[in-house]
Amino acid sequence: MPDYRVGDPIADTKAPGGPLENRWDERKFAAKLVNPANRRRHRVIVVGTGLAGGSAGATLAEQGYHVVQFCFQDSPRRAHSVAAQGGINAAKNYRNDGDSVYRLFHDTVKGGDFRARESNVYRLAQVSAQIIDQAVAQGVPFAREYGGLLDTRSFGGVQVQRTFYARGQTGQQLLIGAYQALSRQIDAGNVELHARTEMLDLVVAGGRARGIVARDLVTGEITTHLADAVVLATGGYGNVFFLSTNAKGSNATAIWRAHKRGAYFANPCFTQIHPTCIPRSGEHQSKLTLMSESLRNDGRIWVPKRKGDPRSPGEIPEDERDYYLERLYPSFGNLVPRDIASRAAKNVCDAGLGVGPGGLGVYLDFADAIARLGRPAIEARYGNLFDMYQRITAEDPYAVPMRIYPAIHYTMGGLWVDYDLQSTIPGLFVIGEANFSDHGANRLGASALMQGLADGYFVLPATVNDYLGSTRLDDVPAAAVREVETAVRERISRLLAIRGTRSVDSFHRELGLLMWDHCGMSRTREGLRKALDRVPGLRAEFWRDVRIPGGAAELNQELEKANRVADFLELAELMLVDALAREESCGGHFREEHQTPEGEALRDDEHFAHVAAWEYGPEPVLHREELVFDHVHPTQRSYT
Amino acid sequence: MKLTVRVWRQAGPAAEGRLVAYPVDGISPDMSFLEMLDVLNQRLIEAGDEPVAFDHDCREGICGSCGVVIDGRAHGPERTTSCQLHMRSFADGAVIDVEPWRAKGFPVVKDLVVDRSALDRIVQAGGYVSAPTGSAPDAHATPVPKPDADLAFDNATCIGCGACVAACPNGSATLFTAAKVTHLSLLPQGGPERASRVLDMVDAMDAEGFGGCTNTGECVASCPKGIPFASIATLNREYLAATRSGRR
Repeated sequence: MPDYRVGDPIADTKAPGGPLENRWDERKFAAKLVNPANRRRHRVIVVGTGLAGGSAGATLAEQGYHVVQFCFQDSPRRAHSVAAQGGINAAKNYRNDGDSVYRLFHDTVKGGDFRARESNVYRLAQVSAQIIDQAVAQGVPFAREYGGLLDTRSFGGVQVQRTFYARGQTGQQLLIGAYQALSRQIDAGNVELHARTEMLDLVVAGGRARGIVARDLVTGEITTHLADAVVLATGGYGNVFFLSTNAKGSNATAIWRAHKRGAYFANPCFTQIHPTCIPRSGEHQSKLTLMSESLRNDGRIWVPKRKGDPRSPGEIPEDERDYYLERLYPSFGNLVPRDIASRAAKNVCDAGLGVGPGGLGVYLDFADAIARLGRPAIEARYGNLFDMYQRITAEDPYAVPMRIYPAIHYTMGGLWVDYDLQSTIPGLFVIGEANFSDHGANRLGASALMQGLADGYFVLPATVNDYLGSTRLDDVPAAAVREVETAVRERISRLLAIRGTRSVDSFHRELGLLMWDHCGMSRTREGLRKALDRVPGLRAEFWRDVRIPGGAAELNQELEKANRVADFLELAELMLVDALAREESCGGHFREEHQTPEGEALRDDEHFAHVAAWEYGPEPVLHREELVFDHVHPTQRSYT
Repeated sequence: MKLTVRVWRQAGPAAEGRLVAYPVDGISPDMSFLEMLDVLNQRLIEAGDEPVAFDHDCREGICGSCGVVIDGRAHGPERTTSCQLHMRSFADGAVIDVEPWRAKGFPVVKDLVVDRSALDRIVQAGGYVSAPTGSAPDAHATPVPKPDADLAFDNATCIGCGACVAACPNGSATLFTAAKVTHLSLLPQGGPERASRVLDMVDAMDAEGFGGCTNTGECVASCPKGIPFASIATLNREYLAATRSGRR
């Protein structure tokens, strides 16, 4: 029985033709402008205040638009971008090590396993250099050399040093830069900020996105906000797995409701597993903590050669250790891309060679680096990460190797957008991790921060201008607003009326485990089928038996969670359908049926060189966007 | 581990609050403090009671959302955030008091949740560099001496959790403001606005009802990110220089 229908392919992505390097300039020149005096009459809603949303809100306000900005946290500075550790890529070639815009473009398309759009990726690489300039101008304290110039390091999947960083807190520093720019606009009256307010639905009128319905998380009040355009910058949906490296509040509600209102959802099954996460310590675990990928610059990854070796790592001599990444991938070594490193760790653990409790871990060892560079140099580079590791595990990573294991990290899928970052609902723009674009089937390290800021500071402001400059908008009919508001209120009443026996978390954990087992690091037809059989039952049980204490007109954190988990229960099913339909392996999507004799991901370019964009309906409708590779010819990805 | 947790319960800003004792068992020393509260909340829900409201998000010690007073100390006995505090820091059988941040500038919203938006308004008053998008010079056009960049970074690591305010007997936000001022005044990019920045931010801090600084040092002792005490001296120096310059 098919789980979906196939609809018309997506014909137009709005990417201009012609030479790759001119496309973005041409698009910007062709874009309509709005007279500065007219801009303040336009209201633009931005949901989310992370790197994408914060930078977009600040820039649109600076251009003169009236921005209405939302975040569910108590302050825009707390968006989950704050937790990104390692760095941000930019094709500056400050090292003169052979980097260029073209090389960054090339690495990104290849790293994404040839499932990203060439024109978008090229634009991202072009804009990357400007991002660093902008952040430095804002006072972002990047790491510097003694000569006063910026320092860089390298990340997985790359042979140049193009990653700019601020110790292990790059995301925090970049976010504070964007937050301060946003704060400046709030003070100037150009941004109206609604903190502790969560978007619960999208208002579509006349076929266009015209506003949102939101809930004030302190008072419970349901409010409608209308605007001329809506920008979603709400991050990823990795928390569908319950345990992930995402912040506890990160959720899919905004994009899922937009999807149900007509926005296509693209490549939902593309989930990035991050190889360097602290292994879970027990059943109580509420979330997972990442250790920056930059650690792989100096740390060497190994497992004992002997199964179940009981010795402590220090007692295992060199010739009884397997530095498996250096052995399997000699030219990239420990710096292979994330999907490759994660799968390799899973393979050695599955073979019984894992270390630590339950055998789900591998060593990340700094002994060589400390001997070579001295402890102070390692402290300067990674000190806060080492402290964090010690705090969580009570082990001293300067003395014994860290233990790491892969974990759910970043979702490459998201709402489908065209070259202008506009979804299939006109007037609804989606930026950063919330959209599907630019990374393909796997994301290179230090590219998420780059995409978030590129979208917010440079791309979106140009394309929103074009939309507002070329669109005539009528008043929003009251009936359209009423319908959405009523739907939101009824849903909340329905949730609170269940008064069942099981907590929200118990459903979320069960769903998460099901997804991790069957739609996690590797997938099989049989496993996906099994999960697809179980999700609808779990969803029905949730709506029959969930227990949410308290009421609607107050701060009610269980109600917040229930609202989000209800959406995860629907999204999970689409992820499974998408994973089942993609009969190939690529990047973060590894189908065991499709692998090379060496156990690497085996793509099927003839049948799957496309974006799978799903339309919501009684059964999902698949619209394919064919991907064309004129510049980076798809090859079997090799890092050996 | 088996513990007794005495938690501050307060239904809303205007409601009366009180400490309520809850026994919790089956706690692992590897749990974080917030995971222990999760366990408590799951049991409260199963028993048909209302769970304890508390702020948290990243649980990696970087977003600054979490923050409770544990046994009278902001973020508890270790110098870290509440989410990175682990139960191995407590003895089996302990009685642990958990209260919200207490300061005039941080009104209680519910249980352990307080309103810290005053800190945002201090930043809005001038805690930024006015750098318009799209016109920035090349990043290497202005070299910054490494010691300056490093010290700016040390101050920029502030997560805005508000522990400094909660720990201060005066309920002062001076360390927070000092970190912001020091970060930006050390960098050439922040130079042109340094006088107006410090004057406006200090005004905003006072207007929000935070107390004055008497160099007690409790703020520094409780800061999970190690913002240096010297930053307060920098703030005072910047303030004095700005006042005397007559620039705004």
